Amino acid sequence: MDYPERWEIDDDPSLDEAALLEMLRAMLEIRGLEDEIQRAFTKDLVRGSTHLCTGQEAAVVGACSVLRTTDSMVCTYRGHGAVLAKGASLAATFAEIVGRETGLCGGKGGSMHLTDAGVGAYGSFAIVGAHLPIANGLALAARQQGSDAVSLCFFGDGSTNIGAFHESLNLAAVWSLPVIFFCENNLYGEYTAWRATARVDRLADRAGSYGMPGVRIDGNDVIAVRRATGQAVERARAGEGPTLIEAVTYRHRGHSRTDPAKYRPDGELERWLKVDPIRRLENLLATRGVSPERLQEITAAARDAVRDAVEEALSAAPPRLEALYEDVYA
Amino acid sequence: MSVLTYREAIKQAQADALAADPTVFLLGEDIAAAGGAFKVTDGLMDAFGSDRVMDTPISEQAIIGAAIGAALKGARPVAELMFADFAGVCFDQIANQLAKYRYMTAGQVSVPVTIRLANGAGQGFGSQHSQSVENWFLNVPGLKIVAPGSVEDAYGLLRSSIADDDPVLFFEHKAMYNVKADVPPELVPIPLGRAHVVRSGDDVTIVASQAMRRRAEEAADKLSAQGIAAEVIDPRTILPFDYESVAASVTRTNRLVVVQESSAAGSWGATLVARMAAECFESLDLAPVLISAPDTPVPYAGALEAAWIPGVDDICTAVLAMDRY
Ligand SMILES: Cc1ncc(C[n+]2csc(CCOP(=O)(O)OP(=O)(O)O)c2C)c(N)n1
Ligand SMILES: [Mg+2]
Repeated sequence: MDYPERWEIDDDPSLDEAALLEMLRAMLEIRGLEDEIQRAFTKDLVRGSTHLCTGQEAAVVGACSVLRTTDSMVCTYRGHGAVLAKGASLAATFAEIVGRETGLCGGKGGSMHLTDAGVGAYGSFAIVGAHLPIANGLALAARQQGSDAVSLCFFGDGSTNIGAFHESLNLAAVWSLPVIFFCENNLYGEYTAWRATARVDRLADRAGSYGMPGVRIDGNDVIAVRRATGQAVERARAGEGPTLIEAVTYRHRGHSRTDPAKYRPDGELERWLKVDPIRRLENLLATRGVSPERLQEITAAARDAVRDAVEEALSAAPPRLEALYEDVYA
Repeated sequence: MSVLTYREAIKQAQADALAADPTVFLLGEDIAAAGGAFKVTDGLMDAFGSDRVMDTPISEQAIIGAAIGAALKGARPVAELMFADFAGVCFDQIANQLAKYRYMTAGQVSVPVTIRLANGAGQGFGSQHSQSVENWFLNVPGLKIVAPGSVEDAYGLLRSSIADDDPVLFFEHKAMYNVKADVPPELVPIPLGRAHVVRSGDDVTIVASQAMRRRAEEAADKLSAQGIAAEVIDPRTILPFDYESVAASVTRTNRLVVVQESSAAGSWGATLVARMAAECFESLDLAPVLISAPDTPVPYAGALEAAWIPGVDDICTAVLAMDRY
């Protein structure tokens, strides 16, 4: 029920090869950076906790691929990929996670708090549900300013059980706000399967309570994600209000670095590794006639970009001590 | 004697409370099947069943509200909020509902809810997972606030918190979960509202709790090498605060230093200093010193976070500066 119906993903002839290759690049870079973050963690370069989105790249890349820089995006502590997909630099993202002064937030935010306002990435939030109301505000201001910019809000399956989710969807619907509520249903909230915490069949059904459309899609199909988000964005830009998207996906790793993910049934991870979103996009490109050499080139370029970013970030200094006292007030 | 960690002591206290009183039950996110985000309830569901050790969705308001409702009907719920920072999500349930129920009903009902929360910085969890938030609740009459700073206290105070007929916020320090100590084989409840003189001395009184208490003890070691005998007092309960014990100490040492892992404004440390300045004015040789974290959120980067948390050297420096007078 929570698994892609088919391995192949449907092509979308309206997308040219360059658009597909661009999404592949973005997904590969996110995958590569998460691997580096994991590595950095084992070397004690990352403090506290870190939550990787490995396996969920199609969701963030597909959704952000239809946004403009002037559109807003907010996400969660599992937001490295979302922030990159919205346009943050690999080096500054990694630098933030290892606490350097060149990091997106000068090393003061950390892995759970990546913000790059310049590209419309208004934050990753570590309090479950906290950013859904904020997504509404971003959308409201855009409308007040006469712009057709939208607000894209990523959150997890577990977050649909918190009060802020329900208040925010209702308000967005009542005010017809240009918000896309994008639920990455990766089947677990921390160590608990989502079906143990909800009695609806599909989280997308929750949209009905608020009078907005709710769609459930294969979150490991970057084309499907792009299409669904594109439609929601179009609606939002046209002033027709918010949409709830439930993208079913899977995190390849545990909830956070301390989680060995023993609560997963045997074989589940292997089953999901088979529907790796990157492999599926590569396959689509191959059926379009993109050569294996070209795909390898892109893979190598992504690997190099990640390697350079990591090197650059690690050569940067930690924040000056005075930074501790700065930025409390405007 | 047996060796126990702070984490094990808290688990043991919950297990013993569950065994002793059929009205006790536990609820919280991932506390049952997974044994808790900090593994503080590990094994309790297996031992007591999923009716008494209950997993919840991610719904802090619903958790605290359900605990309040159950308590009104005679249960004795122990709710875990995981990171103390998440209390912000259910602030209304705690500050407006839980704290005021008894008073507003002229005592018709009591609300024996215990809420467990993990406080504390030092591990790089960033601004929203590192705070010590007992001070958020200092200005809310009706709540009791407990902050154990040792393994034995963790056990004894949690037993008393659960048995107490009033709401108790029980703050655990997450950097202390692995702290080990020799404890007597028979652990016993420790009454709320009583400070503990951790170390005696005649030259200066240092009041500190949880991680700061441990730093105060370290500072006292260093100071003793310089011929200064510091008395270290752990308040253990923040509300009601045992002012008498601190006053008695200050009357002897004539000097007071208070250390806390949070900003100064509106804090228990500031309240204590104000109170001692008023009540022990005659005994004090010098103005009391309050050592707090700066008025900033907790930063992520290691060097910044380390600078944010009051350190052993800050305590020694403050005491030595007093000594020059
Ligand atoms: C208000 C609040 N409660 C609890 C937590 C602890 N917590 C962090 S992540 C998480 C699970 C969230 O699950 P989901 O929304 O599915 O997102 P995922 O981690 O799967 O991306 C929980 C309970 C928190 N950060 N904030
Ligand atoms: Mg999830």
